[in-house]
Amino acid sequence: MSTAERGKRHKQRKVLLMGRSGAGKSSMRSIIFSNYVAKDVRRLGATVDVEHSNIKFMGNLMLNLWDCGGQDSFVESYLTNQRSHVFTSVAVLIFVFDVSSKEPAPDLLSFASTIRALQEFSPNSKIFVLCHKMDLVPPDQKHTVYQQKVKEIRAVCEDEGFVGKQVDFCSSSIWDQSLYKAWTSVIYFLVPNATVIENMLQKLAEVLDAREMILYERTTCLVVTHITRGDESHNPYKDRFERISSILKTHKHSMSRHTGQMPSEVAFAEMQIKTGAFMFFITRLTENTNLAVVMPSDEASFNAARVNVQLARTEFAHLDIVEKKGKEAHNYNAPRDAITTSDDGDVDSQTRGRLNDD
Amino acid sequence: MRTLFGENILSPSPRPAPPSKTNPFELSFQSSVGASSLSSSSTSSPRQNDWLTQHIQNQQRLSAEAANNHSTSNVSSRKSHARRKGNPKLLFMGMRRSGKSSIQKVIFEKFSPAETLYLDPTTRIEPATMESFIKFESAELPYNLPFTAPDFDRDAIFASTGAIIWVLDMQDEYYHSITKLIETAVFVLENYPRINFEVFIHKTDGLSEEYKYDTFRDVRQRVADELADHGHADGGGIAFYQTSIFDHSVYEAMSKVIQKLLPQLPAMESLLNKLCSACRIQKAYLFDTISKIYLATDASPTFLKDYEVCSDYVDVIVDIKQIYGWQTRGQDGVLVTDSSRESGAPGESLITYDKSGNTYIYAREINDYLSLICVMGQGSTADKRVLIDYNVSILNDALQQVFKL
Repeated sequence: MSTAERGKRHKQRKVLLMGRSGAGKSSMRSIIFSNYVAKDVRRLGATVDVEHSNIKFMGNLMLNLWDCGGQDSFVESYLTNQRSHVFTSVAVLIFVFDVSSKEPAPDLLSFASTIRALQEFSPNSKIFVLCHKMDLVPPDQKHTVYQQKVKEIRAVCEDEGFVGKQVDFCSSSIWDQSLYKAWTSVIYFLVPNATVIENMLQKLAEVLDAREMILYERTTCLVVTHITRGDESHNPYKDRFERISSILKTHKHSMSRHTGQMPSEVAFAEMQIKTGAFMFFITRLTENTNLAVVMPSDEASFNAARVNVQLARTEFAHLDIVEKKGKEAHNYNAPRDAITTSDDGDVDSQTRGRLNDD
Repeated sequence: MRTLFGENILSPSPRPAPPSKTNPFELSFQSSVGASSLSSSSTSSPRQNDWLTQHIQNQQRLSAEAANNHSTSNVSSRKSHARRKGNPKLLFMGMRRSGKSSIQKVIFEKFSPAETLYLDPTTRIEPATMESFIKFESAELPYNLPFTAPDFDRDAIFASTGAIIWVLDMQDEYYHSITKLIETAVFVLENYPRINFEVFIHKTDGLSEEYKYDTFRDVRQRVADELADHGHADGGGIAFYQTSIFDHSVYEAMSKVIQKLLPQLPAMESLLNKLCSACRIQKAYLFDTISKIYLATDASPTFLKDYEVCSDYVDVIVDIKQIYGWQTRGQDGVLVTDSSRESGAPGESLITYDKSGNTYIYAREINDYLSLICVMGQGSTADKRVLIDYNVSILNDALQQVFKL
């Protein structure tokens, strides 16, 4: 989040994925971004040095993911001769802890030296600590083990100068939806104009009288943001967004098996579910995102909503296609112009605002 | 592994049928049997378990007199009707560690396949029921039970069984299992010729196609030869299936086993055939929503792939309905009122795969437990959807009549 980056509209966000060898870094990356199934990750070998991958997300957000091999010799080299190369202009560091690790002390030590280097080169970056492999902990001990781990790690963070909201903790496991929960929070932090998108979605939701709207990225099925209105906030399934990610991802795999296509190519054009209690549809919103809408059960407003979402696509398009922004701005009337200009400069300060005082 | 969640999160756990719902498989003469068994058993245990509970009671010599009365009354009533009882009853048999319990856990209790690695060996007859559209009843016979012994109460086990499923572990030394299988098959063919005998050649996952096929043929050949030696030259109508709990093959095999036990099958099949030809549907399945076993399909060739897609799609619908249908449920998660019935709108769902909307999957709820899934091919464009809707609602009505819902 350096000032040089702020000028560019096409945002490159550097994300470091670190952790000790065998913690599960590449596994989770493969599942989220490369459409692996959880049981396939055992085929993965050790990551040598750093594997870079660029993931286009929401059009103007480019995730520059550095999957850093966790073997001690590599870590040594990141911290010495590659120190400035690796740790400059980092937006997010994702550090993965293996909760079932046999040697927790060296894990913490490695974490401490990593964030020391981070403090030196990008002190404003955000740290996400994932306590991974939670499925290996017996269910009744999960909470205490996690709390204990968080306490230890937080102490280390404070020693190194990362305090309060600059560090976030998530528990995760590739075998259930907690992985999506963890990554959704990372993505939400990274999306540059989340507040703008939310405002627009909120308006759309009011027009459609939708109970809930979920915007998710098409290839990763990660939920970018969601709008909940009215009674739906009492929905007992608090983890429904991660579940939807997981459901859609599973469906993607099943479709790819059926059609013989690569999982990344499979995309349905539209899905509708109508029942007496609710109506639900998923359709394309922008080039990279799909929108899921949950409505009260009413055939007429359901069809109207489908048309309205199609009409709204052009409004959301300028969030994606920033290169043509100047040209498109002419077509919009005043309030929309206000939105487009505000997401140019202010949004970055909004994200920074989230970072600092949230 | 197909889903990421525990069994009671993703798919709704098989919930008991509403008390008012009459079992469509309960044939008319059943009422007398039901009444007699109800009156004789003082406990309120579900009737479908009686055949087993009663058997266990017999074995343990508990309340011998009452049980004997019960059993005699049942035997007499059994003889009074030739056709077996309405609910499909399955009996799993096979060598130890062949995967009998695993299959039951996966299909009826929605265990994830990985969880079944740590099951304890079954030592007694344990019934499992699945209260779905069809009340499946299944039980497992421990491999060492001497059921051919004369003092064994065979009728308690075999008389009401619809199908025996012999599970054969193909990754193990299976010659001994075949010997046992022949022994059992001959016994069943001679004493209970009405029972369908099915063989699951199990644990096919992770093996090469060629090896699978060779083993499959080998087993089938051996069984046929041995049966011929015992005087059943036609093979005794034994059917063979390759199964694995790690993919959909076990569901597919189970579907075929169950279909053979349904008296309504020809009616359903001809209905689906007519629907398919009228609406140019590529493939139509009638699914039992909860167990994901299909009760019928049309006559066009069946591919496992189609079934997998439809079954996964049923999963998606069930999951999303679970998440957003919470308002119809009470605080304790029990279905209070069925509002979908009240508003008169049956659930339907549609998923479109390309921009033109030409290929899509259409799903329609017949009732809470039964859904129709159609894979639409080329030529069924959006403007024909009205026709499809109309035809499907006719099919819906017909099915309601077939099952007297």
